[in-house]
Amino acid sequence: MANAARVFDALHDTTRRTVLERLREGPKSVGEIANDLPVSRPAVSQHLKVLKDAGLVNDRSEGTRRIYHIDPKGLGALRAWLDQFWDSALTSFAAEVERQEKERK
Amino acid sequence: MNLHVQPAPVRKSIFVNAPPGRAFDIFANGIGRWWPKSHKIGAADLDRPVIEPRTGGRWYEIDFDGSECEIGKVLAWEPPARLLLAWKLDPEWKFDPDLVTEVEVLFTAEEGGTRVNLEHRHLERMGDRAEAVRELVDSPNGWGLLLQLYSEASAE
Repeated sequence: MANAARVFDALHDTTRRTVLERLREGPKSVGEIANDLPVSRPAVSQHLKVLKDAGLVNDRSEGTRRIYHIDPKGLGALRAWLDQFWDSALTSFAAEVERQEKERK
Repeated sequence: MNLHVQPAPVRKSIFVNAPPGRAFDIFANGIGRWWPKSHKIGAADLDRPVIEPRTGGRWYEIDFDGSECEIGKVLAWEPPARLLLAWKLDPEWKFDPDLVTEVEVLFTAEEGGTRVNLEHRHLERMGDRAEAVRELVDSPNGWGLLLQLYSEASAE
């Protein structure tokens, strides 16, 4: 499960949000992302690392290049929140079933 | 090349010690008894959510001030095996009549009780409604609010 705090930190930066927007257009290499941006390639790599750690993007090797893409499983806080939400809701549901079953006995 | 962003559905599974019929009944008709009070849409304190027991029924919450807030709809009412709900809340936690994400709950008999499998799917539609990640992030009621709720839920 994506760590929501980390997702939030990752998104709390204009450049990283721009990187994410670029990747919404399709998978790209670091060079391709850096071309459109007023920041250095190493800086873009650093931003990609943060996004990757937050579970928002993932990468794969293509020859000698690394291609980054949005991680469809990790798109952020919303899913993480719902995951957490249903966990607590179902736990509460199971406890209620147990309570009512005990009452029947 | 266009990559369609499609988050994986949220899937949950839990065992309860009652037969499917009673598990279904407590889940749907008894939702007011177990739904976490912290999860509400309206401004007032949540009294209880209600799922109307029929296909096409409403799913809404009643607040202590008497107001009602829509959550979604019953897409399929099939006791004791299956309940399919439409969750029509957008990422800002507001009701959107045009948004349909699905919550399917399956009740399967298992030794000593029922296996309850829940799937919340089509989450990408929330993203479509929100247009862009940036707008979501920048909105004060958007991700920030969800994250706040999330951390509150985690701390419980």
